[in-house]
Amino acid sequence: MDILKFITAGSVDDGKSTLIGRLLYDSESILLDQLEALQRSNRKNDDGSIDLAILTDGLKAEREQGITIDVAYKYFQTEKRKFIIADTPGHIQYTRNMVTGASNANLAIILIDARKGVIEQTIRHSFLVSLLGISQVVVCINKMDMVDFSEDVYDKIVADYKALAEKVGLKHVHYIPVSALKGDNIVNKSFNMSWYKGESLLHLLETIEVKVDYSRAHARFPVQWVIRPQTEELHDYRGYAGRVSSGSFKVDDKVTVLPSGFHSSISKIELLDEEPAEAFAGMSVTIHLKDEIDISRGDVLVNSSNKPEVAQLIEADLCWMDTRPLDTSLMYLIQHNSKVTRCKIQEVVYKVNINTLEKEFSDDFKLNDIGRIVIKTAEALAFDLYQDNKANGGAIIIDSRTNVTVGALMLRAAVD
Amino acid sequence: MKHQLDYLDELEAEAIYILREVAGQFEKPALLFSGGKDSITLVRLAEKAFRPGKFPFPLVHIDTGHNFAETIEYRDAMMKRIGEKLIVGYVQDSIDEGKVVEQKGKNASRNALQTVTLLDTIAKYQFDACIGGARRDEEKARAKERIFSVRDEFGQWDPKRQRPELWNIFNGKIHKGENVRVFPISNWTELDVWNYIRREKIELPTIYFAHEREVITRNGQLMAASPFLNMDEQDVVEKRNVRFRTVGDMTCTAAVESYAFQIDDIIDEISASRISERGARMDDKVSEAAMEDRKKGGYF
Repeated sequence: MDILKFITAGSVDDGKSTLIGRLLYDSESILLDQLEALQRSNRKNDDGSIDLAILTDGLKAEREQGITIDVAYKYFQTEKRKFIIADTPGHIQYTRNMVTGASNANLAIILIDARKGVIEQTIRHSFLVSLLGISQVVVCINKMDMVDFSEDVYDKIVADYKALAEKVGLKHVHYIPVSALKGDNIVNKSFNMSWYKGESLLHLLETIEVKVDYSRAHARFPVQWVIRPQTEELHDYRGYAGRVSSGSFKVDDKVTVLPSGFHSSISKIELLDEEPAEAFAGMSVTIHLKDEIDISRGDVLVNSSNKPEVAQLIEADLCWMDTRPLDTSLMYLIQHNSKVTRCKIQEVVYKVNINTLEKEFSDDFKLNDIGRIVIKTAEALAFDLYQDNKANGGAIIIDSRTNVTVGALMLRAAVD
Repeated sequence: MKHQLDYLDELEAEAIYILREVAGQFEKPALLFSGGKDSITLVRLAEKAFRPGKFPFPLVHIDTGHNFAETIEYRDAMMKRIGEKLIVGYVQDSIDEGKVVEQKGKNASRNALQTVTLLDTIAKYQFDACIGGARRDEEKARAKERIFSVRDEFGQWDPKRQRPELWNIFNGKIHKGENVRVFPISNWTELDVWNYIRREKIELPTIYFAHEREVITRNGQLMAASPFLNMDEQDVVEKRNVRFRTVGDMTCTAAVESYAFQIDDIIDEISASRISERGARMDDKVSEAAMEDRKKGGYF
């Protein structure tokens, strides 16, 4: 059994929390005491049924205002799969929260209100999903009960969305007409929409394939920690502890250490008492090399046949996440895998109006702004292009005055 | 070779990754050990992350003085086996120093008092990161907490000012006096923990398994009869077959009637059970925001 991580994009009024509540409720993932707490609560739908949205609203302020402020994580499983939902808020002022939730998702559910169709926020959400490189998208056209379960309404929205998907570069898009409130096509197929021949949402989530790159070419292993017991019997023991971020490594593979450029080959792969012959993307292991070379946290081991970019001047997409605007005269910190070094934003190339997707040319970069920048780092980064390799192409910016994470970077190209 | 991580392997790999990030990013980390199954799981994960080296942190136990005897026995035997350092912070010391006052009344518990002892212990040893076994599926407020959760110098969690946490990049930068709570098994569910314990053949304190015990029924829940529980003539002590699903101290942890003597029985029981784990914790029943309020105040 594997794990599927997905986000839900849509705003309060689209019934996003209700949809998640419905998935949990109908898949019997709500436990008895949570259900009791739900029934005790005095928030009810107009028809007196339980308001399932309460299941995802965690913080007091959210319950008071009936909105989702932060990313809430929910867990459920069926016999086929385990699911982790990052429930993110849809309002434009919470763009950074959506970016945060999207960074770890394999799939995105985009909610569209059947009465409204493709609107500004649909464009925004789709753009963000594309920007963050989520490969699979499920468009749920919700509130079908409010439009008499009309096939025409559904067809029109699908056609509109296809145009949008092409514009923002989303390739794998699935469409489902649903009513989260009534449960149509969420877990069970709807009796009200016999014209819809596809699967229910849950069935799709259970069976959809998520591709991971396990190629030797993209083998990347950021070193987190060096294990050196320095005891009498383990005097010469030196193991590099980390997690394979992409691709795969085998014993005897020739590897290069970056940014230093030293070569060696793998003598052993370890995990406590086990010695797996191969370590692939996602595995945390300890790697031993045949030669004794100077390696420390912040270095990355890669397959010698295919090296990432190594550069100090990098073009990247930036999402600004702090209330204090970007200051191009200021020195920030950049964290990429286990490496932290100083950096400066050298140039703002353009910003994107995320509601219209038009490029704008201005130097100010405020909370929730997204655009293309050029960044200069104090030490070289060994990175892949985000579109080729998410795991080695994402980075964050930290404001060293506050220590807060102020920016998310998708590295796009090394600048000559 | 099949390139698919089973979900337990994936959760394990993520937790090991997080533990190694703590080692790499902090000067004085600590692992908060309660004797419960979640922190026992953390110890196993730390062995996977750092052996054959030593743990780059000590274990810290906040001792309310109202422990199940079985928990302390287990702790001491485990410490002997793993050969790491243990630091104990005593709630009794905080009481003796006048920093906290023992609660009164029938439902008195030292659960709330341990926050003070925890914060004092963190300050005394200047820990900059404390690893804990909390999981997001336990409770609504926890569902929103980051894996690296920054606490200010008063130990407070501010849910509205959490740092964005993207990809697998954890920002552990803090100012002096602040510390970070780190939750490596955030993404595990109760069932995941049990399945992992079974797979790894991890030994647990015996109170997790069904046994005969003297209990009283209070607020609809079974509480272990003990000198720490304020009892009166209305409390009827009876012998029942019970086990504990979580292990807090004796005044705040309720038992469930059970005949699950083996781990397989427990997993069957949980899979079938319709009562979530924290449902057996009196401390969460106070109000809908009980956990959120305690976390803001510096609780685990």
